[in-house]
This record gives sequence, C-alpha cells and structure tokens, in this order.
Amino acid sequence: MKIKLHVWRQENEKAKGKMESYDLDGVTPDMSFLEMMDLLNEKLIGESIEPVAFDHDCREGVCGACSMVVNGEAHGPQRETTTCQLYMRHFNDGAEIYVEPWRSAAFPVVRDLTVDRSAFDRIIQAGGFISNHSGPKPEPNSIPIEPGVAETALDAASCIGCGACVAACPNGSAMLFTAAKVSHLGMLPQGQTERYDRVKNMTTQMEEEGFGSCRNYAECEAQCPKGISIAFIGRMNSDYLKASLAEPVDRRGKMHAQ
Amino acid sequence: MKRLKLLFASSIGKKFVAAVTGLIMFGFLLGHAAGHMKIFTGAGADGVPHIDHYGQFLKDFGAPALPPMIALWGARLMLLGSVILHVVAVLMLSDQNKKARPVDYVKKKRAAASPAALYMMVTGTLILAFIVLHILHFTTGNLPMLGKHVHGEVYNNMARSFSQWWVAIPYLIMMVIIGFHLYHGVWSLFQTLGLDNPDRNALLRGFAIVFAIGVTATFCLIPLSFMFGGEPAVDNEGMNRIYEYTHDKLSSH
Repeated sequence: MKIKLHVWRQENEKAKGKMESYDLDGVTPDMSFLEMMDLLNEKLIGESIEPVAFDHDCREGVCGACSMVVNGEAHGPQRETTTCQLYMRHFNDGAEIYVEPWRSAAFPVVRDLTVDRSAFDRIIQAGGFISNHSGPKPEPNSIPIEPGVAETALDAASCIGCGACVAACPNGSAMLFTAAKVSHLGMLPQGQTERYDRVKNMTTQMEEEGFGSCRNYAECEAQCPKGISIAFIGRMNSDYLKASLAEPVDRRGKMHAQ
Repeated sequence: MKRLKLLFASSIGKKFVAAVTGLIMFGFLLGHAAGHMKIFTGAGADGVPHIDHYGQFLKDFGAPALPPMIALWGARLMLLGSVILHVVAVLMLSDQNKKARPVDYVKKKRAAASPAALYMMVTGTLILAFIVLHILHFTTGNLPMLGKHVHGEVYNNMARSFSQWWVAIPYLIMMVIIGFHLYHGVWSLFQTLGLDNPDRNALLRGFAIVFAIGVTATFCLIPLSFMFGGEPAVDNEGMNRIYEYTHDKLSSH
C-alpha cells in the first residue's frame, strides 16, 4: 500500500506548528496505524529527519495513550477503536491521511502529536477519596448492589482517560470524561458518602483547566473508543444540580417558628 | 441567591439557566401557536374576528382582580428576562468554548452532531433578530412598510402583511429556522437538566421532533393561508376589511 500522510509537526509547546506531508510506501494492510507510524519514523530517521513524536503504550486498546486525530476523528474512522487497534486495511491504497494531535487549550502540545493530558489527572485528584472500610477483608456480599447498577458503573469505569471526548467535541469539552469518572463512583454504594462533594469538586476543576462547555452534540460518545454513553453526562448534570441547589448547606442551623 | 451565583459561575449552571429560560420560551411558543389558531375560526356575531377578541382577552387577562395590561406586562417581562438570560448565558458559554480550542483542526469530520446542534448559535442569532423585528412589526406597529398597522386589528394587520409574498416568505423561512433551533434545543434542555436517561430518551427525542415540526408547521399555516387565499385577505390600504367592524366594540387600552 502507498499512503500520503499529512502530519502535524511542532517543535515544542511554544513553537508554531504546521502540517508536513510524507509519502510512505511498503505499508501492508495488516499493519496497525501505529506500526505504520513506526515505519514512517524509520524512513524519517533514514533520511536524517526528526521522527514524529507520538504517545503509545500498551498497543492493545486499553491504556488510552495513543492520542491521534486521524482524518478529523479522534482515534480514526473505526467506532469504539483506539488508534493502536486501527488497521491499515481500514484505508484504501493511495489514501491521504491527516494526523493531528488532540486540540484543546487544556492539552498543550508537548511535541508533534504528543499532548500533555495532566489536566485529566488533576480532575481525578479533585475527586478525592472515598470513605471505605479498611482492616480485615469484608465478606464480599456484605454490600448488596443491583447487578444492573454494578454493570452501568462498570461501563462508566471503562473510560481509559484517553481524551478523545475532548478532541472530538466541537467545544473542546471534557464533560464525558468527568461524567464517567463522577458516575462510576457515584452509582456504587461505596461512593455515596462523598457523592455530592465529589461532583462539585471535579466539575470545578474541569472548569479551571479551561475545557469548553457541553452542547449535547453527542460527538464525544460517537468517537469514544470505549463507547461511553452521554447518559452519564445527564446523570452528572442531575447530580451537580442536586449538589448545587438541593443539598443542605446549613444542616444544623437554628429554626424559628415565628 | 448565593447558591445561584455559585451555580452560574460553572458552565453546567449557565447551561441550566439556558435550559430553564429555553423551556419558558418554548412554553410561550406553544401558547402563541395555539392562540393564533383563532385566525381560522372566523368572526363572532359582532363581526369582530376571534383572534382580535383573543388579543383583547390577553390585554384584559386577570381582570377584574388586576388592572388591564398588568398580567400581560408581567408575562412580557418574564419573556424578556428569559431572552436576556438565555442570550447572556449562551454568549458566555460560547466565549468559553472558543478559548477551549485556540488552534483548530486542519481536517474536521463530525461523527454524530446534527446540523441543528452545530448551528444553534446561527439559528439563535437569527431568531433574536426576528423577535425584535416581529415585535416592531405586529406589536408596536413600527414597520408600516410591511403592511398598514392598526392597533387591535390583529386579523387585518396579519392579512395586510401576509398577503404580500415578500413579507410572507421571510416569515416562512424564519419558522423553519425556529424549527431547527427547537429540534436540538427542546431535547437538549432535558439532557442539561439531567432529566434524560436511556429509558426516556426515545420519548424526549420524539417530543422534541414532534414539537419542532408541529410548531413550525402551525405557524407556517398563517402566512401560507393568507398568501394562497385560504383566508380572506384585505388590500394593502386596509380599507376593504373583510370583517367589517369598528374597534369601538373592543375597549382599547
């Protein structure tokens, strides 16, 4: 296969980047997208050109490191697939492929396709702890959970924190990520104690990082490699509004009858 | 108040404000559309069109407990407040969104977002301009070039304006634009308020579609009827009134 690649090249966070075009020959349909990028880098090294920097780790679709917008879609055109699980057979011979980094003010470009996603770590940190029993191992079935609830919480927990939702969102919003993280604890009995503080703290941190707002496009859900539903955003909205409008502020204040 | 201020500081809170004000305006649209169906019910025994009576009824609403126009002005102020809050919240959110992506993609592709959702700002801006023109046209009567305006003659004012194609057609286009705004907005407000979930999604999505099309179609009936003679028209001078009546029959405020 012959491929024409347009790749975003940027020296560092401060530098002004631009698209560079490369022709790549010898691509086989069974190569993963990242293996194709490896092939490109070998070619570039042979030509004494600085190779393209990109994040990758497990290459089996579970770590969320491979952050690339391929032809305008986060992780490329295959639904519920990370870039590392995208194969060159999904493209035609002679295809033109645009490869760009996640575009978000909260994810500054470190180099080329590598972005700094520590904003997500700070959102997670803002979630804080859960109060839980420690000490002797409890009997596993001592806390009853409805199986449907447990499964839904696991759906939320399947978020790999890759940032595709932010990359895909026309507004650069991190609502799907934050909603998934808020929900997987907020739905379980163990997460109830700090439930309302958690949603406020995490969304506040999300705002401070400079992400955009949600306009219910559902673009994030469509491009999420784990197919996380925007139902979690609705759930987070509900929890946030309850936390902001209904949860007591002054629980122990004096009451007057007249 | 402190709670609301804190809420408004967040993007979810601003969206909450946009959703609640959107719901108020949507409620108004339903009432506005229903009231205007009186155009098609003809005139009363006194020769005054039902729609003119309806206009008078809105002015007198709340009487005798309230002086005339008070309830109407209350509703008008609530709607004005809703429009202002809706616009302010959305402009602030839009500013936040622009800052969230300083460098845009070279190649963009949408996998899910509907055109209605993507162009909410465009349709919203057009609707805002339309609201101003519509009030100047039919409420205050400041745009006589679109058709002679006589206060209280609701039916004849519409007949004079909409029997001219160049007034009717922009109105029709505007109704379709409002339909697009509702197609996304009416569902979106439930999601923002945290009321949508997979169990109700089909119902709420269907509700938005039915009402977006329904409101648009209902309002389109009016200019279309006058344009194609479904409703009796009056000439632009307004002298040949199809319903002969004097407005002395209606008290004027």
